[in-house]
Amino acid sequence: MQVRRFAALAALPVVTSLGLVACGQGGDDASESNPTAIVSIEIAEPQHLIPTNTNETSGSQVLAALFTPLVSYDEANKPVEDAAESISSTDNTAWTIKLKDGYTFHNGEKVTADSYINAWNYGAYAPNGQGNSYFFEKIAGYADLQSTDPDDDGPQTAPTPKANKLSGLAKVDDLTFTVTLTAPYVDFKTMLGYTAFYPLPAAAFASEGVIADGFEEAPIGNGAFKMNGTWQHDAKIEVAVFDAHPGEKPKIAGVEFRIYQQLTAAYADVMSDNLDVLRTIPTENITTAPTDLGDRYATSPASTFQFLAFPTFQEDYSKPEVRKAISMAIDRDAIIKSVFKNSQQSARSFVSPVVGGYREDTCGASCQFNAASAKTAYTAAGGPATIKISYNGDGGHKDWVDATCNQLKTNLGVACTGVAEAKFADLLSKVEKKQDVGMFRMGWVMDYPSMENYLGPIYTTKGSSNYYGYSNPAFDALVTEGTKAADEEAAIAKYQAAEDLLANDMPVIPLRFGQNNFGYSTKVRNVDIDLFQRIDLHKIEAVS
Amino acid sequence: MIRYIVRRLLQGVLTFFGATFVVYALMFANQDNPLQALAGERPISENVRQALTERYHLNEPFIVQYGYYMRGLFQGDFGTSLTDRKISELLENAWPNTAQLAIMAVIFAAVIGIVAGVVAGIRRASIFDHSTLIITLVLISIPIVVLAPLMQLFFGVELRWFPATAGANPTFYALLLPAMVLGAGSLATYSRLTRTSVVENLRADYVRTAKAKGLTRNRVIGVHVLRNSLIPVITYIGVDLGGLMAGAIVTEGVFNIPGVGSQLFRGITTEDGPLVVGFVSVLVIIFIVANLIVDLLYAVLDPRIRYE
Repeated sequence: MQVRRFAALAALPVVTSLGLVACGQGGDDASESNPTAIVSIEIAEPQHLIPTNTNETSGSQVLAALFTPLVSYDEANKPVEDAAESISSTDNTAWTIKLKDGYTFHNGEKVTADSYINAWNYGAYAPNGQGNSYFFEKIAGYADLQSTDPDDDGPQTAPTPKANKLSGLAKVDDLTFTVTLTAPYVDFKTMLGYTAFYPLPAAAFASEGVIADGFEEAPIGNGAFKMNGTWQHDAKIEVAVFDAHPGEKPKIAGVEFRIYQQLTAAYADVMSDNLDVLRTIPTENITTAPTDLGDRYATSPASTFQFLAFPTFQEDYSKPEVRKAISMAIDRDAIIKSVFKNSQQSARSFVSPVVGGYREDTCGASCQFNAASAKTAYTAAGGPATIKISYNGDGGHKDWVDATCNQLKTNLGVACTGVAEAKFADLLSKVEKKQDVGMFRMGWVMDYPSMENYLGPIYTTKGSSNYYGYSNPAFDALVTEGTKAADEEAAIAKYQAAEDLLANDMPVIPLRFGQNNFGYSTKVRNVDIDLFQRIDLHKIEAVS
Repeated sequence: MIRYIVRRLLQGVLTFFGATFVVYALMFANQDNPLQALAGERPISENVRQALTERYHLNEPFIVQYGYYMRGLFQGDFGTSLTDRKISELLENAWPNTAQLAIMAVIFAAVIGIVAGVVAGIRRASIFDHSTLIITLVLISIPIVVLAPLMQLFFGVELRWFPATAGANPTFYALLLPAMVLGAGSLATYSRLTRTSVVENLRADYVRTAKAKGLTRNRVIGVHVLRNSLIPVITYIGVDLGGLMAGAIVTEGVFNIPGVGSQLFRGITTEDGPLVVGFVSVLVIIFIVANLIVDLLYAVLDPRIRYE
């Protein structure tokens, strides 16, 4: 008797917990926009919230709410003045930036030329270790703010740099300053839309060149939203509309950036209406997302470019003919359909379609799938009998690498294996030591919409991400000429001529262009995501 | 008694230092390029690398880095993570969430597991006994990586009985589903352990004696059988706490609870030595204390056990 009651008691919590919560949620679908609503957006824990130190998408998303950039990008990804009144130059070397009047920081401080000059000097000064400092390297005086370690990571420390201010920055009056570059650079205005070029108020600095403790916990910006409280690490960051902002008014009252450790958790929340916007659909759910979310699943172009790189310093892959034959043997469309469920697009050019000057199929015949001629060309050029493709095992690359290998096996009759390295850093360090890794996967996300942002870092001899030792002086010269061109049109002509050389040399195999795959709840509409994977906070509306 | 506790605590201090040293050494051995790991797939420029390397002593040999860490620890400073956050602050934010989750899971698993085990043991070979065996078999065989998303999808997304994720500063109700998921595996083990031990003790001489003395059935089972049967279960619960922390890595990720599991996971992927060691140190302390409490509980359950 007693025992039976005991069992019933034990079962009770389960039964009640399952039963009690079955209360329904009433939802009426009035399609009025609700300007008092708070919208929740998924982010990962940002690493930093200082503009010159933020280069991942989560931190950039938060900063984009807090700051208004000098330029923003229009539909065609061309720069248009935003916080700036005008940005002009006659020779592309000396630039004059006039600021719009009426902008204040969230603490009431006026946005002046000094706000920019101080922020940029801080970012460029090497000992501050800011992740975006290389953005300032085109500005005159940058070299004096750097110093090299005499014994390269050894016990001695690097001496203090010669200067702590960029000589290329000069204040004209409160709302005007000039920027002098070391060499003409046609895309400078485009570059100014990047996170690194936001201004900082005087309140950000404890003393000259030292960011105040705690500023990062509640950054003060010049944007349409201000911090609501402080950064609650691993939990959320709340922002509210800043009423004194002179620009376009958002259609919502604020945003809660909710921090997730895993995208799948955020996906579950979007499906159950607990979260309003998920910026990236997790790979696991990409197949079911269209049915799960219906028309709340959306896509838009992204700047991601995925490619396979050749270790051109290795004899096996030193001949362009071999590289072209391998490229020709890959059926990109089949892999995108089977592995990526059409969530990406085939790439047959060396720059992304999102930048001005992009042309389709610049890679030519080498990127058109043709098994028969691939094999003939491969045999004729004497390609290696075994091929390795290295990738980082933590990024979900196994499936497509294996699929690519299978195609190479079938179409070229070679032995091919995919080799997983634990982390991308491991892969890079092996490549840097010129160890035998075979072909390896690489990816690129642009910083600002310009062909140069692809051509320069990935393919030039001194490019920051040129890990494969590709070097063609003619190509380097054309890219440099492009940056020094008088206007955008002339620059693009040079860039395109440079890209044509790549088709000839084939240092990498273009594989895929990315797209944003995102989803949202039933409580929001007009959700739009830009090339930098940021939700447009001016467009988004809440459905009341 | 006091001497026993002091001796155990001193052993604990040794264990603590040993464990942190080993973990630090392992992290160091695994550490290849922490700054690059932090930056993800972006190349980091040379000057940034230099500045950060010096700031975090990454260019120093292992023993010097460990020395810096220990020196800080003695001054009550857990150091800073590579993302420039105070580790003590991270600990402060993460531990309450995980502790709450783990305690709820243990209570859930212990209450239901022990009761089900006792009932199944008393009514051996009944339908109840057989069905608990089958249910526990199923629970044990589903790994938590499968169970957690499954329960989330079913109860959180489809039926919407529970919120799909708990988030930071979760309510009791929001933690209920994750706690049940986390406790599910332990529940099965607890119930099986209890059942076996009850079945065994029911046949014991002292139970027969108690029955022969004419004690009521409730007293025989409640005091004589249960008390002795609980010793192996309590031992297991102590050890299992560690298992629950490990399970928390998965559960916390799935249900988005910013706790120890998720911090450890991040620390390991970004090769953040001080971060991992800080969290592991606290784990070690919990282990030591939990096992001490378990050992002391023996005496309560079995008066024959004495600590000298």
